Amino acid sequence: MKTPPALRLSPESTPYVLLSPFLILFAVFGVFPLAFSLYLAFQTWEPTSGFGAMQFVGLDNYAFALQDEWFWKSLKNTAWLALASGVPQHLVAIPLAYFIHSSFKRLRNGVVGAYFMPYITSTVAIAILFSSLFSTDYGLINVGLNVLSQVPLLGALLPADPVDWLNDPDRIKPAIAVLVFWRFVGFNVVLYLAALQTIPKDLYEAATMDGAGRLQQFFYITLPGLKPMIFFGVTLSIIGGLQLFEEPFILTGGRGGSDQSGMTTAIYLYRMAFDFNDFGAASAMSWLLFILVAVLTWLTNRAFRPRGPGA
Amino acid sequence: MGGGARRALSRPAWVLCLSLLALAPAVASAQQTLTVAAFPAIDEVVRAAIPAWQRLHPNVRIKVVSRQFADHHTAMTTALSTSANLPDVMQLEVGYVGRFARGGGLEDLSRAPYDIGRQASRFVPYALAQATSRTGAVVAVPTDIGPGTLLYRADLLAKAGVGEAEINRSWDDYIASGLKIKAATGAYTLAHARDIKDIVIRIGVQPGEGLYFDDESRVLVTSPRFVRAFELARQVRQNKLDAKVSAWSNEWAEGFKRGTIATQMSGAWMAAHLSNWIAPDTKGLWRAAQLPGGAYAAFGGSFFAIPRGASAANKPLAWQFIQLITLDRERQLAAFKTQDAFPALLETFDDPFFELPIAFLGGEKARLIWRDAARRITAVGVHKHDAFAEEVIDTELDKVLDRGKDIATALADAQRLLEKRAHR
Repeated sequence: MKTPPALRLSPESTPYVLLSPFLILFAVFGVFPLAFSLYLAFQTWEPTSGFGAMQFVGLDNYAFALQDEWFWKSLKNTAWLALASGVPQHLVAIPLAYFIHSSFKRLRNGVVGAYFMPYITSTVAIAILFSSLFSTDYGLINVGLNVLSQVPLLGALLPADPVDWLNDPDRIKPAIAVLVFWRFVGFNVVLYLAALQTIPKDLYEAATMDGAGRLQQFFYITLPGLKPMIFFGVTLSIIGGLQLFEEPFILTGGRGGSDQSGMTTAIYLYRMAFDFNDFGAASAMSWLLFILVAVLTWLTNRAFRPRGPGA
Repeated sequence: MGGGARRALSRPAWVLCLSLLALAPAVASAQQTLTVAAFPAIDEVVRAAIPAWQRLHPNVRIKVVSRQFADHHTAMTTALSTSANLPDVMQLEVGYVGRFARGGGLEDLSRAPYDIGRQASRFVPYALAQATSRTGAVVAVPTDIGPGTLLYRADLLAKAGVGEAEINRSWDDYIASGLKIKAATGAYTLAHARDIKDIVIRIGVQPGEGLYFDDESRVLVTSPRFVRAFELARQVRQNKLDAKVSAWSNEWAEGFKRGTIATQMSGAWMAAHLSNWIAPDTKGLWRAAQLPGGAYAAFGGSFFAIPRGASAANKPLAWQFIQLITLDRERQLAAFKTQDAFPALLETFDDPFFELPIAFLGGEKARLIWRDAARRITAVGVHKHDAFAEEVIDTELDKVLDRGKDIATALADAQRLLEKRAHR
């Protein structure tokens, strides 16, 4: 069967035709929302009145956002959570990856798979599971603490009453951080395992010949060798940490927790738009958040930049 | 010819256009179809009305677009903001009616040809007022209402020796009864101290006032009703009378199943939720009473509206359909009987169904209590920042309850936050 010449694609157009599914989807779901939110950030808008109700207000929304104490509160919450869940991820993932790399042979893939599972499981499912684990009266975590508190000596260190993880404003942040840490530590382990495989074996052999111990090898060969991947991993953690949304959203029932202690900036700007009906200010806040992410990423880049021999 | 086609095709823009055309959904011609967007359980009420509608308009098909509560309102917001995919008839929950009334997206039903004013006396008075904007526009018609009620576990009260009249005589008696119940049974009095605040701030709202703002957007949150509400909530928390669980959480439902929460203040529809899925095993143990301290408050309720941007040809039909659901005694009663949708139409109130005992409430004729409440509830003005104000007040209450913040300071802080926002 022969295609009629009129339907045949010319060589010049073929790449565009083949790319068009991606380009169209990207334009619709990527470029358009971005451009629209940038546009909205300079407008005041009562959304139920239709597009015609938009009014240009210049930088008003940005000024409002920067003077809004809840915006700053949400940034503080976000920073706290990003640090408390992000730093331990790497502090645990690097030694863990090193341990898996050097100690597991046949079981390696199974172990890595187990650590990776939380990352590929639906966030919402995980958050719902954790909210029942953290439940004050019926949760497994408090049941476990209760059992441990029966142990002599150790018991004295543990709280006697069930801990109100999700309603006490001082407890909710650690609870969220634990969940985020658990979810992403496996992902970082996989990153570092991949990087470990690129460090040449002969470096270790030479170091062994020179009498370096395992600890010295870790600090003088492994860590420097991992540096590019640490940069990548830390950058991802910064971006992910600052955009934290689903985990605290589900754990706090969509409100942000008592005294908004678990209200991240992403939750606040979502509520700003969809609960409080202020799409302009919400868009402005999201661009401010974007600027913050960009600046922090740039700073990380500076911190990890390879230095010349003189530096 | 072939070369020309090739040249045209070689332009990437053309290719994109063609691909877009292929992706675009086929536009179906709406031939005498009336689209009604609703959320459960009112979507069932709409479906149940179809046979009656078909008798009136055999040629007009009803298409019900049903979504879950939150999805429904998100979809309606999107439809109104883009004027695309608008239904002919739109159901709205009361919280969204106030919000949508601010925009110009809904038909003003007080004007011709609708003239809802002529029918106003047929509705529970506060319900129609909820859909009336400050300028007098009526953007929606009430279909069901949620008169507030106090549901309580009669068995737990009996164990504690608390008389049934004692629990709702006054707020102080409510708390005193709670202490007795806690001592005798260990059960909490209510799910969250916030629940008591939510009702007490509604007591004594003056004409021309909303909950948080008055007609001139003046902030009202330092008024005595807020002070009293915060004091009572703090008293509840200090006496450990609340389970510290938020409504609709798993722990909240579990508390009712296990009988660790003795009372719940809510809309009358709550009895149906308890009976249908939250705690069916507690059948016969619950009773209903008026809210404590002579309070009457509305919890929820839903409305029907016509989007201004909907097809003009369908608007007369949409209006007829809304009238069928909201102004027809039979349809209103059917919704009440099958979906526990408490009618907003006053002429249903003399139906013998109100006097039937409710088995879940131990055979109590609770609908009479709710009917009485429905007649006494007064309308509270709505403001576009109500949702934000509620969050401000809830957060300040959290600080009072969990961090020991002084009430006067908390309310002054709330006032300051809201004043910044009031005229935005």
